[in-house]
Amino acid sequence: MAATQEEIVAGLAEIVNEIAGIPVEDVQLDKSFTDDLDVDSLSMVEVVVAAEERFDVKIPDDDVKNLKTVGDATEYILKHQA
Amino acid sequence: MSSTNRTVVVTGIGATTPLGGDAATTWEGLVSGRSGVRPLTQDWAAEQAVRIAAQAAVDPSEVIPRPQARRLDRSAQFALIAAKEAWADAGFEEKAADNGDVDPARLGAVIASGIGGVTTLLDQYDVLKEKGVRRVSPHTVPMLMPNGPSANVGLYVGARAGVHTPVSACASGAEAIGYAVEMIRTGRADIVVAGGTEAAIHPLPIAAFGNMMAMSKNNEDPEGASRPYDTARDGFVLGEGAGVIVLESAEHAAKRGARVYAEAVGQGISADGHDIVQPEPEGRGISDALKNLLAATDLDPAEIVHVNAHATSTPAGDVAELKALRNVFGDDTDHIAVSATKSMTGHLLGGAGGVESVATILALYHRIAPPTINIENIDPEAEANADVVRGEARKLPVEGRIAALNDSFGFGGHNVVLAFRTV
Repeated sequence: MAATQEEIVAGLAEIVNEIAGIPVEDVQLDKSFTDDLDVDSLSMVEVVVAAEERFDVKIPDDDVKNLKTVGDATEYILKHQA
Repeated sequence: MSSTNRTVVVTGIGATTPLGGDAATTWEGLVSGRSGVRPLTQDWAAEQAVRIAAQAAVDPSEVIPRPQARRLDRSAQFALIAAKEAWADAGFEEKAADNGDVDPARLGAVIASGIGGVTTLLDQYDVLKEKGVRRVSPHTVPMLMPNGPSANVGLYVGARAGVHTPVSACASGAEAIGYAVEMIRTGRADIVVAGGTEAAIHPLPIAAFGNMMAMSKNNEDPEGASRPYDTARDGFVLGEGAGVIVLESAEHAAKRGARVYAEAVGQGISADGHDIVQPEPEGRGISDALKNLLAATDLDPAEIVHVNAHATSTPAGDVAELKALRNVFGDDTDHIAVSATKSMTGHLLGGAGGVESVATILALYHRIAPPTINIENIDPEAEANADVVRGEARKLPVEGRIAALNDSFGFGGHNVVLAFRTV
């Protein structure tokens, strides 16, 4: 069953909290992973892998660079989830 | 600044060991003769021939926040904890760039490990096999590289004069400190954070060391298993943790009014040229290291009152070291109180030189030699060659300048002797 936008943001918030230690309430659609959430390039790979597993979606490396904000990732997952 | 023979002093110490999460608790444990060896209770331990180890008294997960910890190998976590303590102990709370007293371009870091990020390597290999390529952590390489602890400590203090990682098995920590002393003596740096770390309590290293017949299998009596110089000694007990010190040119320390624990007099280094793992039985290489120390420094054997011995509790190595002391120092050996602190901490491999340098410096500072515990029947060859501090700590001379050595030797035939002296 496909996740809703709200469920995806909540899931990403848990992932970012686990990896970067950012409080879940700070993970909002307009937040940049790098600039706002302390997720560097290596940690972004971890976020992507965790999101792939959680939302049953494949995010090729070439697409990762376009996922600047939580909103970008949420939209991508909404569109591509199985 | 351009002088090539500057005096080097110790201005900060830090440690996290099987006896305590900091240098003070570790020292208290050493002086009171407390053992840090415990049974291994992990599931994997059940099938091992060796089921004891000296695990860190304070797990690093209690100290380092999870997001930071998950990208640091356990060995780097220990190093960072000890380095933070030493850096603060030296009077610094922040990076060099934010601190008027330290020029980052004149600050170095030299932290060694014997094995590097072995638990990261093995755990990620398990992930690869069980969960596939995609799940291998992108942090794996910076976590497993042996220079990881040094690089992380260098980043923490903001060191830019050079960050180094000498690797010489169980002599690594001592070699790191010796290297750091030389960086300052020769004018490359004014201040260097140096020491050793190790985190290798994992089924593979334990199986491997166990199969070499190098480790004690005295599973029934964990606290009594590490027994250097005892006739029943049957190998070392694996320990984990880190010891780190802040070294500084005497001039730099005086200028900022730093508290000085001791002078770092210098080092003596040699190689056995004998065997990849067996110590040369007469201590020839160790004698060479001691002679090189005396030749390279103004150390007077008459002022040496204490040796923190390498003594890992193996049948051959313990005695060879004492023979070398007798061979080089002759009658001066009679006023040297020899302590084998591995009887309490276990053997921290590349961390040993760091932790035991902290112990040696504190022995001088407090003028107390820690005991060697667990000697029920002393090996006659040990007794004939040296004055081993047994059972209880012993007071060192209360007046006058005194010096102490920290010996560290490693598989491969590496011999490193560090000398410290009261100021």
